Amino acid sequence: MSSNVITVPVGQTEARPWVDELHQWLTTVDHKRLGILYIVSALLFLAVGGVEALIIRIQLMHSHNNFVSPQVFNQMFTMHGTTMIFFVAMPVLFGFANYLVPLMIGARDMAFPRLNAFSFWLSFLGGLLLYFSFLGGSGLYGAGSAPDVGWWSYAPLGARAFSPGHSSDYWTLALLVSGFGSIGTAINIIATILCLRCPGMKINRMPLLVWMNLVMAGMVLLAITPLSAAQIMLLIDRYLGGHFFDTQAGGSAVLWMHFFWIFGHPEVYVLIIPCFAFMSEIIPVFSRKPIFGYPVMVAATVSIGFVSMSVWAHHMFTIGMNSYANSFFTLTTMAVGVPTGIKIFNWIGTMWGGRIQFKTPMLFSIGFLFQFLIAGLTGIMMAASPFDWQLSLSYFVVAHFHYVIVGGILFALFAAFYYWYPKMTGRMLSERLGKWHFWLFLIGFHLTFDVMHVPGILGMPRRIYTYEPGRGWDTLNLIVSIGAFIQAVAILVFVANLIISYFKGARAGNDPWDAWTLEWSISSPPPAYNFATVPTVASRRPLWDQKHPEDPDSRYE
Amino acid sequence: MSTVTPVFPNTATEWRLPSRGKVAMAGLIIAESAIFTIFVVAYLFYLGKSVTGPTPREVLETPIFYTVCLLSSSLTIHFAAKCLERGIGFAFHGLWLLTIALGGLFLYGTAQEWHRLIYERGVTISTNLFGTTYYSLVGLHAFHVTAGLIMLSVVAIFGFIGRIGMNQAGRVGVLSMYWHFVDAVWVVVFTVVYVLGR
Amino acid sequence: MQIALLLFWSGKPLWAVEPGDSTAQSTSIFSSASTPAKSITDLSAFVLVITGIIFLVVFAMLLYSVVRFRGRAMDGGREPAQVYGSMQIELAWTIIPILIVVVLFLATARVIHAIEDAPEPVGALDVIAIGHQYWWEFRYPKLGIVTANELHIPVSNLSHPTPTFLQLLSADADHSFWVPQLAGKTDLIPNHPNRMWMDPQRTGVFLGQCGQYCGTQHAKMLLRVSVDGPEDFARWVRAQQIPAIEDAGAIAGRRVFERNACMNCHQMGGTPANGRFGPDLTHLMSRATIAAGAAENTRDNLRLWIQNPSAIKPGSLMPAMKLSDADLDAVVSYMETLH
Repeated sequence: MSSNVITVPVGQTEARPWVDELHQWLTTVDHKRLGILYIVSALLFLAVGGVEALIIRIQLMHSHNNFVSPQVFNQMFTMHGTTMIFFVAMPVLFGFANYLVPLMIGARDMAFPRLNAFSFWLSFLGGLLLYFSFLGGSGLYGAGSAPDVGWWSYAPLGARAFSPGHSSDYWTLALLVSGFGSIGTAINIIATILCLRCPGMKINRMPLLVWMNLVMAGMVLLAITPLSAAQIMLLIDRYLGGHFFDTQAGGSAVLWMHFFWIFGHPEVYVLIIPCFAFMSEIIPVFSRKPIFGYPVMVAATVSIGFVSMSVWAHHMFTIGMNSYANSFFTLTTMAVGVPTGIKIFNWIGTMWGGRIQFKTPMLFSIGFLFQFLIAGLTGIMMAASPFDWQLSLSYFVVAHFHYVIVGGILFALFAAFYYWYPKMTGRMLSERLGKWHFWLFLIGFHLTFDVMHVPGILGMPRRIYTYEPGRGWDTLNLIVSIGAFIQAVAILVFVANLIISYFKGARAGNDPWDAWTLEWSISSPPPAYNFATVPTVASRRPLWDQKHPEDPDSRYE
Repeated sequence: MSTVTPVFPNTATEWRLPSRGKVAMAGLIIAESAIFTIFVVAYLFYLGKSVTGPTPREVLETPIFYTVCLLSSSLTIHFAAKCLERGIGFAFHGLWLLTIALGGLFLYGTAQEWHRLIYERGVTISTNLFGTTYYSLVGLHAFHVTAGLIMLSVVAIFGFIGRIGMNQAGRVGVLSMYWHFVDAVWVVVFTVVYVLGR
Repeated sequence: MQIALLLFWSGKPLWAVEPGDSTAQSTSIFSSASTPAKSITDLSAFVLVITGIIFLVVFAMLLYSVVRFRGRAMDGGREPAQVYGSMQIELAWTIIPILIVVVLFLATARVIHAIEDAPEPVGALDVIAIGHQYWWEFRYPKLGIVTANELHIPVSNLSHPTPTFLQLLSADADHSFWVPQLAGKTDLIPNHPNRMWMDPQRTGVFLGQCGQYCGTQHAKMLLRVSVDGPEDFARWVRAQQIPAIEDAGAIAGRRVFERNACMNCHQMGGTPANGRFGPDLTHLMSRATIAAGAAENTRDNLRLWIQNPSAIKPGSLMPAMKLSDADLDAVVSYMETLH
């Protein structure tokens, strides 16, 4: 496989007028630029969602607080959840997938570049539509306009009768629009992976990141669409007089729950599987060993994809399903922990016997392993449905899922940022700032989310704008809130790192980490066309073969 | 950096991957199937649960003729695509237009049925659970038929001005996958609404 | 580990609280006072032990690998042995988790069945709980009692059980009945009746609140369950069964109540007022709090509540009655006679 000996300058020799540059970015169909657009827009929404979280935490610092009104608080938690899931987590992961998948399979671009651009803009504009609700929607009791029905918009709360005005419609339409964008991206990813792999890259030679994005994309097709269907039904109820979820006309509130969670559970696997992908690329490189058990990792991921579609009603253990249904979902939920656990063991197996380098990506990866283990175990606790009858809808659940999303997904994302930022920008992120970021965030994270389990056990429900004194929840909530602010500072350090390093970071070169997948064989940042000649691969680690011709992987696969 | 010895001497002929159009359309079909499944589940779940209003048995008439039209259009589009692959332009155009006509006839049948239901039997989407689920499911399908007809018409127009040749056979084949999907969905909807639901 | 510490912390004994006393009261799920809650506590102890062991084992493996396999400067850039995997190891750490899952599942299934499929014994008390935005309606069909927000149930003992079986309904959105020390929570969903039961084995007041987000004042839909000994319970029942007390000194207030829109929403036993939209007020003074626990049941709070509910519970569906001061004082005096 040849390297890129022809260096074509990415920018012009003279500074381009900023209008031109902006126009290039707005009309681009290049997967690398779209990937960056996804990532940057996700970071913007992360800031907004983070502010919403801080508002929530200030209000909950002590009992009977009055920082915001109940109406505003209810909008805050609704918007925080909706923003973080749909306009931060999904876009940033699609962004990395967009950037990396074609590079890792030796392709020129995604299968459908224009569909790619269309999907991004649908997603982004969906986010703007959601936030326009603050200006445009009219809410309950005229007290504000953003949706305030929780990010699940349970029936009948989302119905016209309980949500007059348009705030709920902004929620529905924003998600419908960005949902179509997600489906477009998923189709694109699948077509790219199945149809554009470079010669020699058989399906069992793809990097694990590519495999996992394939599984993720398949799940998106089956998971997002039930939500879209349910939202169409909700719109029919709200605007055409339909009765899908109209309990007065015989409709079922429980049916909404089933439809929502048939989306909602696979959705969280859609979010975590790309993070498994990051870990499966980063941990081997910083342990200086190949991933332990590649075929098993693939099998585990695929089985997670399937089994996770059968666990959804563990979000509904309290709604009064009969004992057989509760038992079934207990079993499937516990079962999905098996392939997930196998992956954790395989990552540790990768580190075992290696020569671990504690650069910032690896620090975040180790954090991921520790926290994802704990999150999985609290998940198993709640899989035992009677235990969940106490823990569900309390701060224990909130602690659990933030452990997964912040302790798992966000840590893996940070690792990915530190690892691939050099490829995307040609500059290294500062290791010093990276370590500050890591340790501050780790401390803040654990202060908040370890402690947060306790109020749940002490009976504190979620989604309450205030709570009673004397339940023992006050001090705990104060600690949780302090941790949130520490995390906010850490994020500021991270953003500072991103910006400062862009201008002052050390030049990265093609392959700063001495890694083994195809993206490290070309310049940083890559040229617009990616590969000057189409690469041919003979193993799962083409660059390892190149660097170690005496002992190539192809001999062992 | 030196070039690594290529592993596959005849890479070009031995490395075959599926067509991206077909894979993408398969993906779209999977996604759309999930949407339809949810509407079908709602329809089945709410059978017999309407609190008021007419039941399916009282008001529905089985649209055999229009169903035959739609299903035949799958045959005609299949043969149209085959003709295009072999370069038989005239047959392609004729069969293609026949497909559009049959699809259009099906939509007409749906419109006629809805008109009867609304104005003669008083069943609307807001009448009761049956009304809501019936119009939503059949309407969603009709929407997909409409979208398909629009795309088929675009191809027909391009065909008239001589732009559809054997080179476009692949793309036309992808579009006909969509049309077959729409017909398959109708088989399911028909069974659920007119056979099981009564 | 935090969970273990907290088990100690929350297992502290609960002390009974006088009605109206707002001093500290823990609602830990582990200080169970009733069979469903206790079965859950026992199951959770088992689950915690197993997950704790898993955590310690895996954490030890992670810690060991991080410490033992640190890259050192003296390695000189040599790569370690490139190990691709091991089928035996993979089998081992697949089969062991599967076995753990089977054990956990069987232990859990027993408890699910024991709680959910428990038959209703003859001596059980039937209560219908109807969730509203943002208060609880409680009806005792066989006793002819209707009350709100504060549930009185008899204490039960294991040899002669007198459990309470609740049927859970909703008048509007979804709610959830959660009194952690008495049982796991069960939702109240419109058009979807649910059933739950509890058999508290000690007297006292147990606190809880709505678990399912139901709108603006979800946070203030509090629950107060008073578990009474047999004589106390009988006395409470008798007091609840009689119609509204007619105190001659409160005639003016009664007129205000009857002439304004109050009757449209509130029931007053033995009078023409039979509104179902708001809580039954027949024995308002038997309750320690008003507005589903949002405020203590005092004259000043009652007055404020009637005049301007938003001051106590903004977003509540009780409208501001806009009474004149005289009318307001009169109707509050009337309320104060409703024991």
